[in-house]
Amino acid sequence: MAHSYTPGLKVLKKTLFSKERILPLKGEVLVKQGDKLSPETIVASTSLPGNIQMLKVNNILNIEPGDVKACLVFKEGDSVKKGEKIAETAGFLGMFKSSVESPVDGTIESISDSTGRVVLREAPIPVEVNAYVSGRVGKVIQNEGIIVTSIASFIQGIFGIAGEKQGVLQLVSQDPSEELTAEKITNDMSGKILIGGSFLSLEAYKKAMSCNVAGIVIGGFNYYDLKEVLGYNLGVAITGTEKLKTALILTEGYGSIPMNKATFDLLKSHDGKNASINGATQIRAGVIRPEIVIPLKDESSEDVSSNVQEGIQEGSVVRVIRSPNFGKIGTVTSLPAELHKMESETMVRVAEIKIDGKNFLIPRANLEMVELQ
Amino acid sequence: MSKKIKSILATDCGSTTTKAILIEWKDNRYRLTFRGEAPTTVEAPFEDVTKGVLNAVMEVEELSGRTILDGDEIITPDNGEKGVDIYVSTSSAGGGLQMMVAGVVKSMSGESAERAALGAGSIVMDVLASNDGRLPHEKITRIRQLRPDMILLSGGTDGGTTTHVIELAEILAAANPRPRLGQNYKLPVIYAGNNKAHDNIRKTLGEISDLDIVENIRPVLEQENLEPSRDKIHDLFMEHVMAQAPGYKKLMSWTDAPIMPTPGAVGFLIEMIAKKENISVVGVDIGGATTDIFSVFEGKFNRTVSANLGMSYSICNVLAESGIDNVLRWVPFDIDHNNLTNRIGNKMIRPTTVPQSLEELVVEQAIAREALRLSFIQHKAFATSLKGVQSERTISDAFEQSSSGQSLVNMMELDLLVGSGGVLSHAPRRQQAARMLIDAFMPEGITELAVDSIFMMPQLGVLANIDSKELKDDANQAALEVFDNDCLIRLGTCIAPIGKAKPKSKMAQVSLSFEDGSTKKVDINEGSLEMLEVPYEPVKIEIQPSRRIDVGAGKGEPLSSTIYGGVVGLIFDGRNRPINLPKDSSERIQNLLNWSAAVNEYPKGDLF
Repeated sequence: MAHSYTPGLKVLKKTLFSKERILPLKGEVLVKQGDKLSPETIVASTSLPGNIQMLKVNNILNIEPGDVKACLVFKEGDSVKKGEKIAETAGFLGMFKSSVESPVDGTIESISDSTGRVVLREAPIPVEVNAYVSGRVGKVIQNEGIIVTSIASFIQGIFGIAGEKQGVLQLVSQDPSEELTAEKITNDMSGKILIGGSFLSLEAYKKAMSCNVAGIVIGGFNYYDLKEVLGYNLGVAITGTEKLKTALILTEGYGSIPMNKATFDLLKSHDGKNASINGATQIRAGVIRPEIVIPLKDESSEDVSSNVQEGIQEGSVVRVIRSPNFGKIGTVTSLPAELHKMESETMVRVAEIKIDGKNFLIPRANLEMVELQ
Repeated sequence: MSKKIKSILATDCGSTTTKAILIEWKDNRYRLTFRGEAPTTVEAPFEDVTKGVLNAVMEVEELSGRTILDGDEIITPDNGEKGVDIYVSTSSAGGGLQMMVAGVVKSMSGESAERAALGAGSIVMDVLASNDGRLPHEKITRIRQLRPDMILLSGGTDGGTTTHVIELAEILAAANPRPRLGQNYKLPVIYAGNNKAHDNIRKTLGEISDLDIVENIRPVLEQENLEPSRDKIHDLFMEHVMAQAPGYKKLMSWTDAPIMPTPGAVGFLIEMIAKKENISVVGVDIGGATTDIFSVFEGKFNRTVSANLGMSYSICNVLAESGIDNVLRWVPFDIDHNNLTNRIGNKMIRPTTVPQSLEELVVEQAIAREALRLSFIQHKAFATSLKGVQSERTISDAFEQSSSGQSLVNMMELDLLVGSGGVLSHAPRRQQAARMLIDAFMPEGITELAVDSIFMMPQLGVLANIDSKELKDDANQAALEVFDNDCLIRLGTCIAPIGKAKPKSKMAQVSLSFEDGSTKKVDINEGSLEMLEVPYEPVKIEIQPSRRIDVGAGKGEPLSSTIYGGVVGLIFDGRNRPINLPKDSSERIQNLLNWSAAVNEYPKGDLF
């Protein structure tokens, strides 16, 4: 049977989810293999080197760089307190002395004879990494972190903003094609992750932020509204570091697009359960898609679906991901081997798709596999 | 000399696709015979670049019927039926080479360092300078955030003051930067500044980095010495960056010449062609994320990378930087702005889709025009004569507004414009590629246009760069012959007179004499665009411009030359420079439709 590789977004009822939780620098791992974890469990910690302050001591004291060392009250490696005198000139007959005070608490890291600069380093900055999802320590990576594993439902979105959040899922739209409007968002949804249908307006998103909603999973959002949320035009889809109260995950794309039924039904089945979400997206080599992880009570590995992606085959359910027919779901009826000329005269490999009883020839590159379990 | 090289295998490991080409010696010349491609396998689950290389080579094997592989090994040399004589490769996988450069004065040593890094094929993540307006702690935070593959530090002329460059070194030392790949090795730092500071630099950076000291990039203000830094970057790219990437050690052991960063190889080829033919060249490669522009004017090579101007990953950035109105001015129909921005956004998040409808294709090509135009503006601003150089001015220069740091790019001087990248190379009609190049780059006078059919310039570049004695002559010959015969698709020649002209008035009269002895006269009128189908053959051309119009010989001065047609032919562009589109929407649309019809750009139907 003809076969074509088209990666799709994962919508998995039960899978073995695993994720690296790694420190930015080497440090200490605080948990052991097999330990039970909740999302808030701190699994590893370290200290980042403190901020640097550079003092042009020679300029302040009006002396040559080579004379700086002689005027210093401290030496390299010494600790100093904010406001403490770190260098002083001899003055004239003990009078008219000039001095330099430390602007911060820290240690003297280096003193330069050639430029007269003194480098002060502030106290180390502690960094901790949490488990992000409920589960177990699958593997310890010595001095770096762990791999957390969890038997969970797992859904990938196409695009998201803001980083990791946790909360209880709450179904708000009753149907995948129903818009999630501002009126439906209320103060009691604080800390929740809302499940919407086809579209979220800017007004509704603002309302969610004002109600301290933790996250929203929705079919579509307007690209041009992102500017007001982010404060800049999103030029490349690399996100995750935005400081936003409410993470946003789009499952389909920009515009008003009904949420894929399989995604919606799976989310709906978990209404009221705890979930961990991450809006971080990176559409470059090494693609990262936003995700929704819903850990399951049943920790057995029975019925766990593998993540092996099958290609499109005759009978596959696919979604059209570019206009015309954007967002529509259809079934592949054939995969002709020869190249076809499109209206644009582009010669491409196509798939024949049946959408609402009608047949269409669509470039395979414009199709996405809808992964159903 | 040793035996003639009969077969060459070359690969380019891109961030998404690995492309292999087979070049064979046939009928007393080198020709590209087969090509294959496969997904690049640098990332999980494979994490071994050689897997993708082997898959691409296997496709070449299948197509050519020639055995090249013995299991997981490439058979070298060619024994008549099996194997190849040489194997070479370029790479931009895993994000290519990412550098940070530092110089004392941003527009002087900073810019020279940037030129060296770009010329070597790297992406320049940031330029640090003593006068860049950032405080030391801001610079330190930036260095820590970026995690480059290596740093090039320059500053000061030889024997001059050392304080500023040492200060920069101290900032680097305080940041104690970590390399992007590999936790266990020190970050390579190249010092190419004032030679008087060597000892101090060693003292400051010797411990915390893997320091290399090369000749000063600006030994005196009037001179730029990029070669030693560029060579050192290539060496370190091999030794450090590539060696950290999965599978590269194995790949390096297979190749007969060092692996080059992809853009470095393309630049080398373009520089060589310009030198050999004694012409000015502009080459562009528009990709999904970035647009690279290479130019050689007055024998000087320059390369720029517009890191966030591309046709898929960065398509929204093109929209953000140019503005939607600038994109839509090239679209000959009305379209809802909000709907359009959502559509472009969806291309960004699903970057592999292709335009199925004609409307989508037209919009995509409009965006390409803007991406190319913006990238070229950046290139022109960067490809300049040295800044900070004092030039002697005589009384005859008194009324000239020239100063140091002027752009080297002179469109009237440009002889050859080469485009590559999906949107240009795979445009359904070659006329579309020609139009995009002309509208974006706005060539003046006589300019030949071409596209690189399958983007094999990287592989040819690394071939041309081979310097081993036994291989050099044949490899260079192969690179040049394949470039001439198989690499470029000659689109034709654009003839664009410029100067003050009244609407629809005659700008120039052109007389053409063809190979078969026939002749033809063409008038170029202001505001018009005309095309004449002429195959790739020499055509004698005489142009008589009107009084205030220039076609390359000066205002009103006639010009005779020999030009070439191509798959598109000769394009007579009377739209003047810059190309101004009417403000009035219906008038603008009518102009666009006329120009498209004149060159047979799009299929006739509801839209055209």
